Amino acid sequence: MAEDAILGYLATHAEIPDSEQFATQHSLHHNEVVNVIKSLHGFRYIDAHDIKRETWVLTDEGKKYAADGSPEVQLFLALPPQGSISKDELQKKLDPSVFKIGCSQAGKNKWVEMGKQVSRKVQHVEDKVKDLLIRVQSGQAIGKDDINSLKARKLIVAQTWKGYSVRKGPNYAPKRKKVATDLTRENLQRGDWKELEFKEYNFNAKGPPAESGHLHPLLKVKQQLKNIFLQLGFEEMPTNNFVESSFWNFDALFQPQQHPARDSHDTFFLEAPSTTRELPEDYVELVKHVHESGGYGSRGYMYDWKREEANKNLLRTHTTAVSTRMLYALAKQPFSPKRYFSIDRVFRNESVDRTHLAEFHQIEGLVCDRGLTLGDLIGVLNDFFSRLGMSKLRFKPAYNPYTEPSMEIFSYHEGLKKWVEIGNSGMFRPEMLLPMGFPEDVRVIAWGLSLERPTMILYGIDNIRDLFGHKVDLSLIKRNPICRLGIN
Amino acid sequence: MPTVSVGRDRLFAALGRSYTQEEFDELCFSFGIELDDVTTEKAIISKEKHLEEDKPSADDEIIYKIEIPANRYDLLSLEGLAEALRVFNGEKKIRYTVALIPKESMLKMHVKKETSLIRPFVVCAVLRGITFDEASYNSFIDLQDKLHQNICRKRTLAAIGTHDLDTLQGPFTYEALPPTDINFIPLKQVKNFRADELMEFYKSDEKLTKFLHIIENSSVFPVIYDSNRTVLSLPPIINGAHSAITLKTKNVFIECTATDLTKAKIVLNTMVTTFSIYCERKFEVEPVEVISFDGNSSVYPDLSEYTMEVPLSYITGSIGVPLEVDEVTNLLKRMQLNAEKAGSGASNISVSVPPTRSDILHPCDVMEDVAIAYGYNNIPKRKLSSLRPLPLNQLSDLIRSEISMNGFTEVLTWILCSKKEIFEMLNRKDDKSTAVIIGNPRSSDFEVVRTSLMPGMLKTVGHNKDHPKPIKIYEVGDVVLLDDTKDVGATNRRLLAALYCGANSGFELIHSLVDRIMEVMGTPFVSIGDKSGYYIELSEEPEFLLGRQAKIIYKGSRIGTFGIVHPEVLNNFGIPDPCSFLELNIESFL
Repeated sequence: MAEDAILGYLATHAEIPDSEQFATQHSLHHNEVVNVIKSLHGFRYIDAHDIKRETWVLTDEGKKYAADGSPEVQLFLALPPQGSISKDELQKKLDPSVFKIGCSQAGKNKWVEMGKQVSRKVQHVEDKVKDLLIRVQSGQAIGKDDINSLKARKLIVAQTWKGYSVRKGPNYAPKRKKVATDLTRENLQRGDWKELEFKEYNFNAKGPPAESGHLHPLLKVKQQLKNIFLQLGFEEMPTNNFVESSFWNFDALFQPQQHPARDSHDTFFLEAPSTTRELPEDYVELVKHVHESGGYGSRGYMYDWKREEANKNLLRTHTTAVSTRMLYALAKQPFSPKRYFSIDRVFRNESVDRTHLAEFHQIEGLVCDRGLTLGDLIGVLNDFFSRLGMSKLRFKPAYNPYTEPSMEIFSYHEGLKKWVEIGNSGMFRPEMLLPMGFPEDVRVIAWGLSLERPTMILYGIDNIRDLFGHKVDLSLIKRNPICRLGIN
Repeated sequence: MPTVSVGRDRLFAALGRSYTQEEFDELCFSFGIELDDVTTEKAIISKEKHLEEDKPSADDEIIYKIEIPANRYDLLSLEGLAEALRVFNGEKKIRYTVALIPKESMLKMHVKKETSLIRPFVVCAVLRGITFDEASYNSFIDLQDKLHQNICRKRTLAAIGTHDLDTLQGPFTYEALPPTDINFIPLKQVKNFRADELMEFYKSDEKLTKFLHIIENSSVFPVIYDSNRTVLSLPPIINGAHSAITLKTKNVFIECTATDLTKAKIVLNTMVTTFSIYCERKFEVEPVEVISFDGNSSVYPDLSEYTMEVPLSYITGSIGVPLEVDEVTNLLKRMQLNAEKAGSGASNISVSVPPTRSDILHPCDVMEDVAIAYGYNNIPKRKLSSLRPLPLNQLSDLIRSEISMNGFTEVLTWILCSKKEIFEMLNRKDDKSTAVIIGNPRSSDFEVVRTSLMPGMLKTVGHNKDHPKPIKIYEVGDVVLLDDTKDVGATNRRLLAALYCGANSGFELIHSLVDRIMEVMGTPFVSIGDKSGYYIELSEEPEFLLGRQAKIIYKGSRIGTFGIVHPEVLNNFGIPDPCSFLELNIESFL
């Protein structure tokens, strides 16, 4: 109402000089007009300038007298036209404050004779106070002396009046557009979207957090590695068997029974089930023989091999236990070349610290074929690691009981400006392969590394417990970007 | 992996030259050992005692800590390490010999039957005319420790005792007696102990208590006596004080008792070959005859070389480098293996494995040594067959799964559309410079190749009016744009589009999706003008509502736009509900 009136008036007039007058003319409340002016001014439809006036308003007491008459008149009228009444009787007829003020004012005006008996001194009085109050109430001006006397009697007080003079603003329009925070279905249905004005959107801040699901960073890396293996023509080995016998975990790999890795310091042995129920006996005999006295061109380790050691169950310390089973099965068939890989959990009896956990993931790849060379191993490692973004490799001679030659893989880390060990590799020993029944010219090249280490390097995480396990901060999982391994 | 600490200057003296740390590091790397740490004696002691580290002064001896492969016991001392590196550098290798002594005049060790109950084997040897200095003496003690820790499996498999031979009188006996029958003053003590009391006494000894379990529960303890019933040692726990060696000891008697004879021989050989360098007759070891209770006699140490015949083709075929016989034999010499062309066949190599190289079990170990001497990093690589995936498609797939996880459903729309759909209906003018135009369209639905995923997405929503709201859909697909730089004049571009349609426009939700895409691309939100990440700025595109649309600036270039779809556009596609739409080029993330 008020908005239309103001904007409409300004369409044809240059100015609204006084908001109160405007309100009166348009039968509006001034308060409403003021609120609309403030709002339109905010959106710069109009320019408003303050105007101020001093006015008088009635106090509560003043209002009462404006309605009921002044106390002195009330007192006067309570007296009989003739004769007198006792003061006590008069007091009973009037409100105590009216009586009190009335007595004093009427006495001052010499209208009444005060004593034990009260009587009129004049026959007619005019209620000038009431008239003045009514005039103040209706906004009419009164004389200065009158104001002072009313002010002295605390019947009126001064009040500052605020209003505005209004002109068109820079954004003036005869009709205001609607301010909205969003476009709604109703806006479309009503067709009022043309009039919508949007609250300014803050593009300097991010949007609200997205509601989303998230994959674990380690498994994202695992997925990419899996893809890389598939691209290299590798088949995945079934690794869903954490409990393994020492035989498959160690003995079949030509790892001697006194090897330190077989200490309880390094390996979790089991209380239940403590031993394996069966092993392929023919093969066990061959393995025992190659440990004790060699064969296949080997001197063997020349010690008493104990079946009880081989029977001991454990949580596999490497996925190579699975590779061994796979190779054993492969050797039973007429020979055909194979490429195998796995990425799964392994267990070590280690104290947990920033870089070690009692369980972690091992990545393993192996190629089984006739006539493979170290050159093939170096070639496949270069292919594999270059896909992980590590194209500068070098190899260090190393020792591993079941591979010969063995090569530690180092990669040049551009950030750290040094060579970092990233994995281990080698050619499986004939003492491991020949008892399985492979032809002599079949060689197996293999490599292994942990999944955690490259992931930590990739995402700049320096405590393994921040990556894997229950102490991981969920927001890290949420914030984690996609794994681009193998993409560039 | 075992680690040995050696004085740098002594090592370099033994190698006959000095190295910068980098050069030495490189030498270690190619030989297959690792310079683990460079420190000083002082620093090691302060660390052990958890003291504040003193500033190293110039005259502190530099210690190299070197990691050794677990099967190279011959490298566990400065002497052995220096020998191996010297030979690797091309110097001539040492040949160890056993002194030629008639059997009658050999020292003898008689083994009693009872030892088979607890620790059946013993092997012995003598180092004559030895001269120790402080460093070599310490090395002598350290090597025993290292061997005990490693191959001896904490003395369970074998244990070494070394004695001043001049304080003893052969022949010796190796016996196993009830603990109460054994009495002697042990090393570092002044008082006589009975063996069972001694075991009790050592329970509080931090170092020795770990070994007590090896014999503790046996009814008999192994013990070695000389002919005067002087106790040499109570293996594998402690030696007697009587025969303790000192810096002044001239003749050393070494005994090694064991449960594993092979390991005992290796241990003995390692001790005598390593320290024969300090003998008067260098590299010569005096033998001892060990006579079993059953009369069998063996003479130790056995320093004979083991001969292995290895086909050249096995070596070259495994390494993948063509090498001639003499190249291979020269390489093997650098690994302390004497090799020559075998008499039997032109292409066989006869390899003599010295007693120090107990790690050589099979021709594959010889082959590895050839590869090491040749240099792993000189072997030419051979690439196995493999495939390379397309980065753009891999990236698309990863982004697709991320957007699905954000609750958006994938749509697959047509590449072809009408001209109207990509221009007028999107409030756009045909500028004739973006779209590929089809010359012979069968219908107006197939006039052009899309330049945006927007029409397909909007048509999908338009045809799914009855589908419960909100609708959240996305597509990752190609558009085609005219391109003068291409031979055919047009090029594909991989775009991602996402759309929200509901009772509200869902503008903030699309904004959130933009942030999420940038997050999974590992891109930070930066302030306007910063080229290290992405930021968002108000845009003015006709297909979007003014004030409710923005462009995405990634590393300084504009890669996409999002906003509330203009109601006129919605109307053009017959959509009654507000929509927000995002489109961006994902090729820019490659």
